[in-house]
Amino acid sequence: MPSTTPKKRTRASAYWKGVADGAPFLLVVAPFAMLFGVLATEAGLNVLETLLFSAVVFAGAAQFTALQLMQENAPTVIVLASALAVNLRVAMYSASLTPWSGDAPLWQLAIAAYFTVDQSYACSVVQFENEPQMTVPQRMAYFSGVLSPIVPMWYISTVLGALVGTQVPESWALDFALPIAFLALVAPMLRTFAHVVAAVTAIVVSLLTAGVPYSLGLMIAGTAGMMAGAQAELMLERRRVSHD
Amino acid sequence: MIETGTLWTVIIGLGIGSYALRFAFLGIVGDRPMPPWLLRHLRYTAVAMLPALVAPQVVWPAATGGEADLPRMSAAVVTLVVGLATKNVIAAIVCGAATLFTALWLTGF
Repeated sequence: MPSTTPKKRTRASAYWKGVADGAPFLLVVAPFAMLFGVLATEAGLNVLETLLFSAVVFAGAAQFTALQLMQENAPTVIVLASALAVNLRVAMYSASLTPWSGDAPLWQLAIAAYFTVDQSYACSVVQFENEPQMTVPQRMAYFSGVLSPIVPMWYISTVLGALVGTQVPESWALDFALPIAFLALVAPMLRTFAHVVAAVTAIVVSLLTAGVPYSLGLMIAGTAGMMAGAQAELMLERRRVSHD
Repeated sequence: MIETGTLWTVIIGLGIGSYALRFAFLGIVGDRPMPPWLLRHLRYTAVAMLPALVAPQVVWPAATGGEADLPRMSAAVVTLVVGLATKNVIAAIVCGAATLFTALWLTGF
């Protein structure tokens, strides 16, 4: 049950609530997109290719993964499979939003699908649970609101990064920007013991399989980590049941 | 250098693939229940794939020709610890980057 008294929501107020909730994410989105622009141009992409990459794929972590593996000359199939595996979490977002999207028209769902990213998902789930009395059009308005500041910033910052790209001096050690960004993203996600088990397993296996050809180590390590996390969760559940 | 043909195959393939991942549930599966084992594995994709991608770069950075290097290693540890302690992505990035630059400067690079 929501703790607050139900507020009177309109579509407009839902939209603006979304804008307010999404705005703080600009601090993460802008540098992340710029970094992609910089690394992409350093890998030899031109500004237009970099922007289209960001616009067509619209999934930061998957883009960085694909870029990294292409530079390692991994086979295209492995590049695609690994980057999509990195992006599997959006399938989970999509699945967990379905109870809220209800009878929205298919064209709206088709647009919403493109825009289902970390930020829009995280804000929406919290908002929809806090105010379950929101109607489906209000929820869609809120979802668009969250994205309104974020999406233009994603495109603009990508282009800015691409424009400064090759002028960044080597002393900035940009080679290490991606590890820092990813570790910073992952650390707050390690909420449960099972998440920690998944991450530690994935790290150990990725180091052990670093020599496996075609950059397949990432797929092997990621799968091992996911399985370890799922098994740890099952074990913890069983223990909880036997304790009760 | 990345070949143009490979680049466009990846951009288009990844575009279609990631869109399909998102649309599959919202548009097609709807709110029909999903098998619990599948959800249980999907829950751990981000925390498994992202560290697996960066771990080799932390231990054997390309910038040093694959030699383990103290500034990068300590920056990774600081980022992780600050991220765990504060749950704040920006704070973790700022502290990690500060550690990297300080350590690179101290070791004279």
